[in-house]
Amino acid sequence: MKSLVRYTVGIILVCAVLMYAASVMDQTSGKSGKDILTIYNWGEYIDPDLLKQFEKETGIHVIYETFDSNEAMMTKIEQGGTSYDISMPSEYTIEQMKERELLLPIDYKQIPNIKNIDEDFLDLDFDPKNKYSVPYFWGTVGIVYNTKMLKGQNFDSWDDLWDPSLKGKVILVDSAREVLGVSLNSMGKSLNSTDTDELKAATDKLIKMAPNVKAIIGDEVTQLMVNGDASVALTWSGQAADMMYENEDLTYNVPSEGSNLWFDNMVIPKTSKNITGAHKFINFMLDPEVAAQNADYVGYSTPNKAALKLMDPEVVNDERYYPSKEVRNNLHVYKNLGKEKIGEYNEFFLKFKMSIR
Amino acid sequence: MEKLSKGSKLYLALVFVVLYAPILFLVFYSFNSGGTMTNFESFTLEHYKAVFDDTRLINILINTVVVALLSALISTMIGTLGAIGIVSIRNHKLRNTVLSLNNILIVSPDVIIGASFLILFTMVGVNLGFSSVLLAHVAFSIPIVVIMVLPKLQEMNSSLIDAALDLGASRRDILTRVILPYIKPGIFAGFFLALTYSLDDFAVTFFVTGNGFSTLSVEIYSMARAGVSLTVNAISGLVFFVTMLLVLGYYFITNRSKGARGSEVPK
Amino acid sequence: MRNNKNSPFTLVPYYLWIALFVIAPIILVVYYSLLDLNGNFTFANYQNFFTGVYLKMTLSSFWYAFLITVFSLLVSYPTAYLITKTKQKQLWLILIIIPSWINLLLKTYAFIGIFGMSGPINAVLKTIGIPEQQILFTDASFVFVAVYIFIPFMILPIFNALDKLNPALIYASRDLGASKLTTFRRVILPLTMNGVKSGIQAVFIPSLSLFMITRLIAGNRVITLGTAIEQQFLVTQNWGMGSTIAVFLILFMFIIMLLTGQKEKGASQNGKAK
Repeated sequence: MKSLVRYTVGIILVCAVLMYAASVMDQTSGKSGKDILTIYNWGEYIDPDLLKQFEKETGIHVIYETFDSNEAMMTKIEQGGTSYDISMPSEYTIEQMKERELLLPIDYKQIPNIKNIDEDFLDLDFDPKNKYSVPYFWGTVGIVYNTKMLKGQNFDSWDDLWDPSLKGKVILVDSAREVLGVSLNSMGKSLNSTDTDELKAATDKLIKMAPNVKAIIGDEVTQLMVNGDASVALTWSGQAADMMYENEDLTYNVPSEGSNLWFDNMVIPKTSKNITGAHKFINFMLDPEVAAQNADYVGYSTPNKAALKLMDPEVVNDERYYPSKEVRNNLHVYKNLGKEKIGEYNEFFLKFKMSIR
Repeated sequence: MEKLSKGSKLYLALVFVVLYAPILFLVFYSFNSGGTMTNFESFTLEHYKAVFDDTRLINILINTVVVALLSALISTMIGTLGAIGIVSIRNHKLRNTVLSLNNILIVSPDVIIGASFLILFTMVGVNLGFSSVLLAHVAFSIPIVVIMVLPKLQEMNSSLIDAALDLGASRRDILTRVILPYIKPGIFAGFFLALTYSLDDFAVTFFVTGNGFSTLSVEIYSMARAGVSLTVNAISGLVFFVTMLLVLGYYFITNRSKGARGSEVPK
Repeated sequence: MRNNKNSPFTLVPYYLWIALFVIAPIILVVYYSLLDLNGNFTFANYQNFFTGVYLKMTLSSFWYAFLITVFSLLVSYPTAYLITKTKQKQLWLILIIIPSWINLLLKTYAFIGIFGMSGPINAVLKTIGIPEQQILFTDASFVFVAVYIFIPFMILPIFNALDKLNPALIYASRDLGASKLTTFRRVILPLTMNGVKSGIQAVFIPSLSLFMITRLIAGNRVITLGTAIEQQFLVTQNWGMGSTIAVFLILFMFIIMLLTGQKEKGASQNGKAK
């Protein structure tokens, strides 16, 4: 009994010391408690130096919190109890958040830097007139593959993924719309198809691909492709960029039948308690130099045309990161199909997943 | 004491090698000057330097440790008392029901626990942050403590307590002098596994946190999309080294003092 | 341990916990399970559960949970036994637990590297002359990593049971001419049964709802109920269906407890089994 009491007291003491140390650190890092901006973003999705620069320029203290999925983030904001001022959801989530009235409109009088954004990326269907969101990064869905391991393949068509020579080699991403999209695109159907027969046909075609499927995974695909553990994967351009940076044998292609164009945009959730600060932050992130530095750090494609001039021309002229206008015309942004249709996509996807045993 | 045979030693060694292999792998790559856990380019300490430069990360680490220790401590207390209460329930049906209720949080996937706790906390008005995370961790650690303490209680001989009662021991005395010392190994097992539960949890913490409070797990999971940085490897490596040092140091010191007393059981 | 005097006051915080953090969430889960996507009352989710997909998933969850528990037990029992025989047994025991304090996702990434084509295992195989093996995304690697995660939960209670075992009992059994195997089967095992049961509970029950590693290590070739719930909540956003699967998981657990509970009662009444 004595020893139990001793351990208890010891643990409480250790915790007290640690908490004291943490509070001292908070003070030295200048948490004034006055002007605070809480940012809710994906992990490693911003250059931390820029946050420091923003704090210095504006005197606003930044709290940075992270999430790992759009849906989980939305649940948190919807449920309340938090005070996020800025978040970076993907475009289909922005539509859902609009529907549920979770976003505040953006006042462009406070964001003169919006002029730096390429007009092609503004006023899109998911957010007309960009009332609620400002582009942060964008990209495509395509195929990343190892040119050394798969000689002679170029994946210029989605149908190449059904090639019998790829038995047990293809890695798919664990996401219903992307995977069904492969099949829909290959059949010349719309990525936003809501026709159950079309979806069923797409699933049947996918099931024929099952012998080729090595695994259906998430972000771990980066490690596998870089290691040479896998030779071909369906992925997002941003992740492909990370992979190609680590392994020069890898390349990325968007098949000619077309594909998905995605966006991660900055929004101001309704939970915001510092709306002025949020606008200041958005304007700051749209500054050409800031955007260029951020794109360089994160490795995703920036929609900031003024920033492109400041970046490494080798990256900017690389069609894999910044596809030409013709290619872009063939890309489609996901529409919000409503909960029921999304459910249907996922049911079909689950059926496909159960078939890859 | 029997001496371990060669085969037994080999077996134990194998178990330990497997247990530590992934950790050594992580620590190995924390010295990689390349940015990922794949190609080892050259030796560097830059990731360790980055840990000390990143006050936010250190703060998160402190949060993680404090929540783990406190939640394990509190859940061990509640769980141990609960287990003592459970064995004393005479009605077997009732006892079984309580035990089944106990296990519900173990069988429930984290998202469900996280989402329902979030709804619960916002309904009651608990401030999301340190306190909500601590409460949630205490809540999901209690069942494992009960499961670990229970077998020790069950094997305890009731005559021990009867004897103590006959000798005029008070209820308090029985708890502190008889029961607790006997079930101490179970209590420690519960405490350590509660620590594991707390340190490993991502989903529940994610849902119930807020106001800038974050733990290492939440941070690491959210890095997955853009790539986990080796700084995280470095900080895990540091935690690992410090824990090992503390444990080994503690054993070295207690053993020396035992040795100095000279009256320990010869081994 | 049959005196009732301790129960009232020791159980207060525990019952409070059950009411707040077990009963309340269950009510929420059951409530959600009766809602469709638009928040209307329905039994459709329950009907949906009995379509082929989820039943198949239930079977596969139970099968893998069973495999994981069996292998955990096979590895853990000898380990726990041997640790009780070491000089610094407490130290060795702590060394078993420490690896579980390093973040699970990081360890899983490490396993992806270790199991990979260019990882250390394949490097060793190559030097012996065995061609590269696909280790990741197999049932074996999935069960291996799951066992890795759960080993401490099995070793601890078994160790506690073995540690206090009176060596005199074992010597007596030997002296009476019992073989090592008989001693183990008739003396050691029954006396450590409570510990083993605790271990099985701490491994089997959470195994049913494993997720994450089903994707990372098994590449979604293994789909458990836990994965399905995760998907329903976080991807499809169909909380109704997710909750329904959870209700079934909880039911299954109750049934398991009911089936194993009878014996436990006998064990504790006699103070020892059989």
